[in-house]
Amino acid sequence: MVDLQERPPADHPERPDRGGRRRAGELGGLELLRWTWRQLTSMRTALVLLLLLALAAVPGSVVPQSGVDAFAANQWKEDHPTLTPIYERLGLFSVYDSAWFSAIYILLMVSLVGCIVPRTLHYARALRAVPPRAPRNLTRLPEHRVVRLDAPVDDVLARARTLLGGRRYRLRPTDPDAADAVSAEKGYLREAGNLLFHLSVIIVLVGFAWGALFGYQGGVIVLQGGTFANTAASYDDLNPGSRFGADDFDPFLFTVDDFDITWLTEGAAAGTARAFKAALTYRDGDGPEDQYDLRVNHPLTIGSTDLFLVGHGYAPVITVRDGNGDVAYSGPTVFLPQDESFLSFGVVKAPSARPGQLGLEGLFYPTFDLVDGDPTTVWPDDLDPLISLNVWTGDLGLDDGVPQSVYLLDTSKASQVTQDDGRPFRLDLRVGETRQLPDGLGSVSFDSVQPWVRIQVSQTPGKEVALLGVVAALIGLLGSLFIRSRRVWVRARPGTGEDAGATMVEVAVLDRSGGADLSDVLDEIVRGLRDPEPSSHPKEPQ
Amino acid sequence: MSNTAWETLSNQAIGAAGIVYFLALLVHLAEWASLRQPATARAARTSSAGSEGSEGDVLVATGPETGEEAPSTRTAFLARLGVLLTVIAVVAHFTALVGRGMAADPNRVPWGNMYEFTTAGTFVVALMYLLLRRRLKLDWMAPFVLGFVVATLMVAVIWLHSEVAPLTEALDSYWLVIHVVSAIIATGAFTIGGILSIAYLVKLRRGDATSGPLTRVPSLAVLDRTAYRVHAFAFPVWTFAVLITGPIWAHEAWSRYWNWDPKEVWAFITWVVYAAYLHARATAGWKGRNAAILACVGLATLWFNFIGINYFATNSQHSYASLGAPVVERIDGAPDVARVPLH
Repeated sequence: MVDLQERPPADHPERPDRGGRRRAGELGGLELLRWTWRQLTSMRTALVLLLLLALAAVPGSVVPQSGVDAFAANQWKEDHPTLTPIYERLGLFSVYDSAWFSAIYILLMVSLVGCIVPRTLHYARALRAVPPRAPRNLTRLPEHRVVRLDAPVDDVLARARTLLGGRRYRLRPTDPDAADAVSAEKGYLREAGNLLFHLSVIIVLVGFAWGALFGYQGGVIVLQGGTFANTAASYDDLNPGSRFGADDFDPFLFTVDDFDITWLTEGAAAGTARAFKAALTYRDGDGPEDQYDLRVNHPLTIGSTDLFLVGHGYAPVITVRDGNGDVAYSGPTVFLPQDESFLSFGVVKAPSARPGQLGLEGLFYPTFDLVDGDPTTVWPDDLDPLISLNVWTGDLGLDDGVPQSVYLLDTSKASQVTQDDGRPFRLDLRVGETRQLPDGLGSVSFDSVQPWVRIQVSQTPGKEVALLGVVAALIGLLGSLFIRSRRVWVRARPGTGEDAGATMVEVAVLDRSGGADLSDVLDEIVRGLRDPEPSSHPKEPQ
Repeated sequence: MSNTAWETLSNQAIGAAGIVYFLALLVHLAEWASLRQPATARAARTSSAGSEGSEGDVLVATGPETGEEAPSTRTAFLARLGVLLTVIAVVAHFTALVGRGMAADPNRVPWGNMYEFTTAGTFVVALMYLLLRRRLKLDWMAPFVLGFVVATLMVAVIWLHSEVAPLTEALDSYWLVIHVVSAIIATGAFTIGGILSIAYLVKLRRGDATSGPLTRVPSLAVLDRTAYRVHAFAFPVWTFAVLITGPIWAHEAWSRYWNWDPKEVWAFITWVVYAAYLHARATAGWKGRNAAILACVGLATLWFNFIGINYFATNSQHSYASLGAPVVERIDGAPDVARVPLH
């Protein structure tokens, strides 16, 4: 797999498999192991594995992944009850952690290592080796020229040495057994680039795995004015790596002092917001307090933890009084946006209300209006907010000991509060309004609106390693693609017959990198041999 | 000039570019048609132009034939006219891109939505063809490149067009320039390389025809080598765009440097396929035909990722194309997750 272009003649794992030609039973255990290793580390297997990896990545882009988008994955599961068990068995909801996906890339890594190691050893030897002796018949090589020169043989060979040496070719020392030819080679760094590239792939994977094992991702909704302390319990959702422990949280605190947003009022993008800015005050451990304006594309780094602004919404401040007039619930309540209009859904639970527990469930309209008789929000900014809630009373199921979502109302044991005519009672409130509930259940007030921000917190150790890995991979790649690995042979012999007195020169080039047009290179060398003036040293074409 | 004037200019310029590309395509097709002439006339011409020696030395040229013939004056004229029209179209195309950027308030790079990505991508394809035309002897490619550019521009104008709007918040970063420029350059180069590989496969199937339009296309060895050179340029650029700048930016904007976002997945798939192409060129039994097939698969995944994936996966954070698609997720059930991407 190391091989991008060519393979060295010896020591490369890919060879016609000798095991296949033997009779059955002749393969010993060790040999079988060796044969399997050969097969696994062969270039062909690596190619097939690469293509399999590409193919295996496809389902993850079509089926929602629970690790990426848990909500979409759950939604999909609800919509496809028949397929879900099958997909779950196949691991299609977490393709990139699944056994079969891991199997492919682990095999690929093994194949990679099995190739890098012998290739590195071979390269170390090749670095010290002299260019090989010229083949007996240079005209059999695909790229060659035969020219007739008038200079004597020794002069031509000396010229060839000077010419090729001047172009940073490594020359084979004069060889008494092959005194009629010059061997030259260059482009040794190509293989180094090649090896670096493949080694870097492993480095990137190590960095990636490190981050996945020892890092975590968490999300939290913080009200404007609210404070967050970095412990596991503070998170709304937390996705720690398997090696991330509760003690590994960086000890910091932050407060969202202010959240600022600019709504576009004209143009094609009217109604969308820009310039989100959450002003934070934060403190790392026992350090001094500091300020930071958290914006999209401008995360805050505290210690080894990064903070990102990823969302925002509204929290209406709602007060619920029960039938006795006591305050059963009061405070900002996070409503979750349903779409880009910021129509938001939320729930209020007042379990201490008497005579019955009270639950409210409904929508928040940032800028309420009736369009064709339908309630709707005409603008995502909270210019004229309204909450529209249904009311439930009875047992909200909070005492069952089963954890409940704060964004969902369990109405299985509760009954909906209705109007006198039997239709569901609906509470429509603007800011500052209070309404009594029917049947002496109490009252609800909508006091004000507070913005909230959603902050993504993550610790990704190893990200520098991964970055270093890809950068090294790119450098190696450039070397392996653009450094030309080339051998040149020049052979000069006295002419015979009608060429007697002249020198017959054969020049051949072997490009081990492919992709080059060698006729220009040959022309250059022939020209150089004909006219040895060093002034004519044009750049060698690629 | 007002923003509206810039936008109008941009729309008109893209229309003009489309028309001139189409004219250039027609001229190049006429050029190809003018090559079809009786075999005897061609044979006579080739033999007179064929013998080239150098200073009386014995010269055994073994390099591959280019398949080029001395063109007649009419063919040469049409070829020059076609190139001239292409240059004009590319200038108009560039004007359209500049106009898009100037029309936005504040001014910005014209890579804010799919329409702009696509027009920029086709621009790079056309420009790259013009730049490499002489160096890699790509004259024969003109009809294919122009056909591709005209078709893709039509897709952009008819289906992807959207009005000028400021950059969404996540896009408002200098990484946009680095990431998108490199991705678009790689896309342009891969497209040229893919056309070369398709030509290779067609030529391989038809054999070395002695008449007909295929004689214009260089020999298999030249096609294979040129395709490799273009891909070898594109691959590191793609690596830079997809595996370096992409993750760095993703880390800043979305908090994860690799999120298995559908667009990331397909960029990775494209990368793997092209890596396989580079390997295949060096593997016995995979050289030539299979490598060319891999290049075509790579091209297909590339353009599917560029346009197609936006319509298959709605949850991509790269889906700047889908107007009105729900990008904010409703939450029900624990764990309580409210993900409202700041677009």
